[in-house]
Amino acid sequence: MNVWLAIALTAAGCYLVKLLGLLVPADTLERPLVQRLAALVPVALLAALTAQQTFSAQGALTVDARAAGLAAAALALVLRAPFLVVVGAAVLVTAGARALGG
Amino acid sequence: MAQRTASSPSVRGGGPAAEPKSDGAVVRDALGVGIAVGLSGFAFGVTSAGSGLTLLQTCALSLLVFTGASQFALVGALAAGGNPFTAAAGAFFVGTRNAFYGLRLSQLLALRPLVRPLAAQAVIDETTAVALAQPDRRTARIGFTVTGLTLYVLWNVTTLLGALGAEAIGDTSAWGLDAAGPAVFLALLAPMLRSTTERATAALAVLLGLGLLPVLPAGVPVLAAALAAPAVLWFHGRRLGSGHLRGGRSGEGEGRSGRPGEDAR
Repeated sequence: MNVWLAIALTAAGCYLVKLLGLLVPADTLERPLVQRLAALVPVALLAALTAQQTFSAQGALTVDARAAGLAAAALALVLRAPFLVVVGAAVLVTAGARALGG
Repeated sequence: MAQRTASSPSVRGGGPAAEPKSDGAVVRDALGVGIAVGLSGFAFGVTSAGSGLTLLQTCALSLLVFTGASQFALVGALAAGGNPFTAAAGAFFVGTRNAFYGLRLSQLLALRPLVRPLAAQAVIDETTAVALAQPDRRTARIGFTVTGLTLYVLWNVTTLLGALGAEAIGDTSAWGLDAAGPAVFLALLAPMLRSTTERATAALAVLLGLGLLPVLPAGVPVLAAALAAPAVLWFHGRRLGSGHLRGGRSGEGEGRSGRPGEDAR
């Protein structure tokens, strides 16, 4: 029951924030500062999410095989690899690093 | 290009390819992202089932929440013993970035009011990244729609398969599937790092996100990291010496022009 409550709250909350962004009047966005912020905030959030999902475990900072996987993904990106190859490289290298004792 | 977009804020000068782009090319890009990320629903299904959620609960999350990072955040918090309210709050905070994507997309796609409630469910990292990478509104709409539909269908199918297969797989981390999430985020982020402003924002956000992680509740550090955007803009404005921000997209335009081979695409 508790899990269903969490799912319902998350679903409602996440849908509402998605809708909210689309419903904000367009003229709000004609201000240059708002435009720059709307373009930059996703950059900040994606960067923070990438770092957290790579270097955290149970709310603490840690470096493990995922770091090697992310490095592989970064290398694939520099080499202009397709999206699926980037993700695949991260998964394979992480699995490989763990297999080698990571 | 910078001039044109500055004077017409409704049309974004997308990626480095400012020249017209064929519909087929947009569909190919969109399918590539949709399929690659859609397949990572498998990782979510496995993680969720491994966290103790039932098959129905796992599938409900992908069908209704449909924003991967929030879903991962929720099952992670529940698995760690969080109560439903703090777990949902963390997932909600992670999902608030979609509001900012929506701000950007409503301007770019110019959706009709009736379409917005439906389109809203598809306002996520991937659809935003693909839409923003297109040179004009028509291709942005195609990119958004194709990415959204492909991703929704595949994400839900692979969530189901992942949950069903979780027991068969056993230790999911041994397969490296937990690295798929950050790799997806990095791939989405890379094309956005066009100018010094974007790179400085990303770097500051990483510092904030990691630095605050041990001291703030789950989900909050990511939101706090969003402050990197106004901080960098403020600093950028001061450095220009005029104390105010110049035309909307000037920074991006400057970042792109004169740096061939740096289009990150």
